[in-house]
Amino acid sequence: MRAILDWIDARYPLTKVWNEHLAEYYTPKNMNFWYYFGSLSFLVLAIQIVSGIFLTMFYKPDAELAFASVEYIMRDVQWGWLIRYMHAVGASAFFIVVYLHMYRGLLYGSYKRPRELIWITGVLIYLVLMTESFAGYMLPWGQMSYWGAQVIVNLFSTFPVIGPDLVTWIRGDFLVSDATLTRFYALHVVALPLVLVGLSFVHVVALHAVGSNNPDGVETKYFTDENGRPLDSIPFHPYYTVKDMVGFGVFAIIFFGIVFFAPEAGGYFLEKNNFEIADPLTTPELIHPVWYFGAFYSMLRVIPDPLLGVLVMFAAPMVLLFLPWIDRNPILSVRYRSPIHKFNLVTFGVVFLVLTYLGLQHITTLNQEIALRLTLVYYLFFFVLWFHSKPRSDAFSWGWFLAIVAAYSYYDFTRIAADGDRVTIMTWWLVPTLYLGICLLLPLFSQLNEEKPVPARVTS
Amino acid sequence: MSYEDVNQNRRRFLVAATSVVGGAGVAAVAYPYLASLSPSARAQAAGAPVEVDVSGIEPGQLVQVEWRGKPVWVTYRTEEMLELLPKNRERLVDPDSEVASQQPDYCANPTRSRRPELSVLIGICTHLGCTPSYRPEVAPEDLGETWNGGYFCACHGSKFDLAGRVWRNMPAPTNLVIPRHMYKSDNLLVIGEDEEGVAA
Repeated sequence: MRAILDWIDARYPLTKVWNEHLAEYYTPKNMNFWYYFGSLSFLVLAIQIVSGIFLTMFYKPDAELAFASVEYIMRDVQWGWLIRYMHAVGASAFFIVVYLHMYRGLLYGSYKRPRELIWITGVLIYLVLMTESFAGYMLPWGQMSYWGAQVIVNLFSTFPVIGPDLVTWIRGDFLVSDATLTRFYALHVVALPLVLVGLSFVHVVALHAVGSNNPDGVETKYFTDENGRPLDSIPFHPYYTVKDMVGFGVFAIIFFGIVFFAPEAGGYFLEKNNFEIADPLTTPELIHPVWYFGAFYSMLRVIPDPLLGVLVMFAAPMVLLFLPWIDRNPILSVRYRSPIHKFNLVTFGVVFLVLTYLGLQHITTLNQEIALRLTLVYYLFFFVLWFHSKPRSDAFSWGWFLAIVAAYSYYDFTRIAADGDRVTIMTWWLVPTLYLGICLLLPLFSQLNEEKPVPARVTS
Repeated sequence: MSYEDVNQNRRRFLVAATSVVGGAGVAAVAYPYLASLSPSARAQAAGAPVEVDVSGIEPGQLVQVEWRGKPVWVTYRTEEMLELLPKNRERLVDPDSEVASQQPDYCANPTRSRRPELSVLIGICTHLGCTPSYRPEVAPEDLGETWNGGYFCACHGSKFDLAGRVWRNMPAPTNLVIPRHMYKSDNLLVIGEDEEGVAA
């Protein structure tokens, strides 16, 4: 055994890689529950790749045959239902673990120096993942596949001058058709997975270059024993491999619980309309994307100007790319940031969830009003992050508060003048105003913006 | 190895020249790949203009033809229908067809058509792409007293008059689209082509 290993090591850095990235890769000892979701993302990626490969063996990327081939997988292929449900539920699971993984980054400041590139590659993975899942959702060629693609591809027609030609080029036809299906198939099964795997590799290389952050947000490299081993870190293998195995086990229980007992998740993972074959001449009553795009779809719908709506929607995930340079506060972890910062983070999470929910509902005056206000709060979150980069003076706080409130109040005034519902508009005006009041003005009148001293070493 | 005898200028020139030629090669090969994604010759042929014989359309009748996979309506409006059109004026968002993207210039007129009686419309709601239904009757029970005939989109309740003009405060923001079209002879309507050529 030893001899074989030596033979390989002389020709390939097997032991070296094993040690550098597992057995002697030191990881902070105080990682908590939130640190499961990185390894879980890799587990889901593996599930998607394996189940996806098997699905391509039975699926037919042809507008005439696609829908029937999916039914064939579900009914006639042995265990086909399991493979397909794993792939479909896996798509939603991917977004759940990725959203939690990203929220972990927000909580503990994992995007801050020196981990900016880990964060940026992570956001790029997220953007590619959204494209990948959008392309995949088209393949079953059901009503929702078709009309979802129709609406989303048509977003590009709002771009000035090149818009209509661009849309024709993306579709490869004058309407969503077989040409569109086959190219989305190529993107979904070859091009985007390659990019996804490549970016994930870069993401981990960047992580291993600077090391993991931890819930205290303090650097663990500097405290070492006489042998140069970090005191507050432990080798990834076996300690964290074992911990991640527990995470995999719990995840598998929940994941297969859904696959076996509720694979459609009440119409959220697999929408009811998609069990009907695509019909270009009949539109379903309610067109909406799958749940993980709900928040961004809400933003699109609340902006009356089509081009502006598209820009606001696309900018929402893009703004994350700049996060390391928006939040300049030197403290990483939420544990030592102010109560107001905690409030801001929790608000952001809640706002994202509510926007997600609203994006899947019918349009009503009330829904639209709430979604409009929450879209504003979504963007204001980033402003507040920047604002709390350092202590601000009274004049600075009041100045920004009044300027922002005045800006959207003016817009509300024009809406009321144009026959908007006065009561609804004025009621929901309170949401961003209270939010800004708490985040910008409360520090002037209370101790709620006080930060705690950051310890030199991890606390547990 | 010694670098003293190296001709740095020549080396830089060769690196630059190789980069430029290589870059030009990549750019040249990128074009056919990107162009391959445009509609193929077959898709373009299927997107060709459609000819309709309008002599068989009865007054008040709507004929639906398919052009580029979309429903196109050719509606023969009666004298009474045309007389009712101006009465909708105050209920409409864009009664004078000022939004240029919704029709060719030659249809930006009170009847939104080249011939007053014949209306040509793409039957896709400008809201989210549903197909509205043809409701030519005046003041039916479900659409109310003010209805002078038109098109009603059941998906989200948008109302359009018989010239395809959208009512105010409806989900649909703009009037129904009129495709480019022309009459080759008295009875031969061509959809998707006019005097300026084939529609983009």
